[in-house]
Amino acid sequence: MSVIVRDDGFHAEDWVGEITEVPADTAIAAVAGLAAAGQGGMLRVAFPSFADGRGFTLGRRLRDAGFTGRLRAAGPVLADQYAMARRSGFDEVEIPDDLAARQPEDQWLFRADWREGSYRARLQG
Amino acid sequence: MYKYSDFDTAFVRERARQFRAQVERRLDGSLTEDEFRPLRLMNGVYLQLHAYMLRIAIPYGTISAPQMRQLAMIADTWDKGYGHFTTRQNIQFNWPKLVDIPDIIDALADVEMHAIQTSGNTIRNVTTDAFAGAAADEVADPRPIAELIRQWSTDHPEFQFLPRKFKFAITGSPADRAAIRVHDVGLQVVEKGGQRGVRVYVGGGLGRTPMIGQLLRDFLPEADLLPYFEAIVSTYNLMGRRDNKYKARIKITVFENGIDAFREQVEAEFVRTRAEFTGVDQQILKEIEAEFAPPAFKNDPVDAFEAAKAVDPLFRRWSARNLTAHRVENHAIVTVSLKEHGKTPGDASSAQMRILADLAERYAYGELRVSHEQNIVLPHVAKADLPALFAELLRAGLATPNIGLVSDIIACPGMDYCALATARSIPVAEEIATHFKEIGLEDEVGKMQIKISGCINACGHHHIGHIGILGLDRAGVENYQITLGGDEGPAAAIGDKTGPGFAYDEVVPAIERILRAYLDLRAGADEAFIDTFRRLGAAPFKEALYGVSRDAA
Repeated sequence: MSVIVRDDGFHAEDWVGEITEVPADTAIAAVAGLAAAGQGGMLRVAFPSFADGRGFTLGRRLRDAGFTGRLRAAGPVLADQYAMARRSGFDEVEIPDDLAARQPEDQWLFRADWREGSYRARLQG
Repeated sequence: MYKYSDFDTAFVRERARQFRAQVERRLDGSLTEDEFRPLRLMNGVYLQLHAYMLRIAIPYGTISAPQMRQLAMIADTWDKGYGHFTTRQNIQFNWPKLVDIPDIIDALADVEMHAIQTSGNTIRNVTTDAFAGAAADEVADPRPIAELIRQWSTDHPEFQFLPRKFKFAITGSPADRAAIRVHDVGLQVVEKGGQRGVRVYVGGGLGRTPMIGQLLRDFLPEADLLPYFEAIVSTYNLMGRRDNKYKARIKITVFENGIDAFREQVEAEFVRTRAEFTGVDQQILKEIEAEFAPPAFKNDPVDAFEAAKAVDPLFRRWSARNLTAHRVENHAIVTVSLKEHGKTPGDASSAQMRILADLAERYAYGELRVSHEQNIVLPHVAKADLPALFAELLRAGLATPNIGLVSDIIACPGMDYCALATARSIPVAEEIATHFKEIGLEDEVGKMQIKISGCINACGHHHIGHIGILGLDRAGVENYQITLGGDEGPAAAIGDKTGPGFAYDEVVPAIERILRAYLDLRAGADEAFIDTFRRLGAAPFKEALYGVSRDAA
């Protein structure tokens, strides 16, 4: 089982539509096709480990390729990475139950202020 | 000098608050050691051989007198009264306690400093020429661009978990005193048709697979800097190898895919990233540039300087070694050596830091630099003030006249501190420096860069030393491999391995054989070792090291 994290805290799975999986080793050339194929549904980008940051760039690229549906980061992502995921275009993060138990909701809400203090956003304008 | 904006101040304060919470969450078990590791690293905290180590950023090597004093305070309050300046223009404290580090980070924020991204698989402190903004030979001060990169890369959401660390270096001078060709991305400020921009090199690096960076873009206009850098790093984030940490640096990505295929990906990606930036970054760059306006230089005549040189041989000698031409005729750039013979290269005591801060305020418009050669630079000093400055440096034991000589050695911390090291570096540096001074060969040899690493990771840059020394472990015994002919700057080259290594106590005699061979072979006193090496190749030096028979074999 897993827990869905959003800006207002923990949720149980509540998605009922189509889910297209995006593996962490997705080729650069495949991004546009995935963005189109997933349109209207959810794209779930795999984070095999918290140390693997490919998913952040994949999220940004999927958004730039025009994907407007639900974008989810799924894997053992740390509460400290929540802001990175949101800033890279993800709507939510899906984490395993044991991680949610060890890093409870307040540790994720600590970074619900991810819109504040982003150099990257400030420089983009 | 750059002053923090309200945004910068709020950022470092908030980041300090986050790090304090992370330390607490490590202690209460919310974070495992594996999970805490990248978080502490991206805040500059290493676990070393004997203790935690804190690496503090000195962005592009520029530091003010009050900031230097704060480092002295930190050294006295939380460490052992000294710090170590590094080849990447950072300072390291070797003995802090983990629970004290959040307080140290707060003390840094008090003076507009931080330890962010001095480690981890992130974009690291941007390094540059220690003479930036002062050198007579530069196209433009590269520090505004370095500061723009600092802001863009700080906490960049996509680039905190890259395949491996990522280092930018930038020079504003064709003389390249920032070793840009051995960085992941190397930038040279250039002008083309009246337009300012940069030349971009990619894929340089040292470590166990040394490579010289290749040309990625001959001219990148200033307006495109951030979108283009974002295209490079984002391409690397997806293309870089994650299966083997020794093949994860961008130099391997570029090497395995080829520069043309890599460039093609970057240029395609650049179309996407270019569209994201609205141009606000250019406005911010303009504001940053204004912050780097030079001080109002004094108009004092140089007579006293010339007169002191004529009568004082010590001052004359120091002036010849430690001064560099300033872009303003009646000023000079002063390099203060942290390489006193027999001492640890790059170390400074808190007392020395305070003296340097005081002298910077009195004689150098309050500004100091940390050079990648691990010395301290006072970038703007009126020549009229040099005799008084020299007298004070002499009293403080900071007037060693050895810049660019045999004893101006770059050395990594080695086995005395580092968890990765396989051999000692510091004692080798100390013995070389002391020996050649004692036998009086240092001045005769002249220009020479010796660089020492205590393991294959090459933090001491041995590959690009005119003489490089690499300390290895051979079945539990230290063994030192010597390379010759390496160089940084415009003629960057990886040194050649000479042959079998030397035992610890054979290193100094081996170096002496090389130096004596050079003195016999050089075309004249003005032909530096590296030029003699380029003229004659490695053979005569190998012969001096190993004898004729091995060379013939």
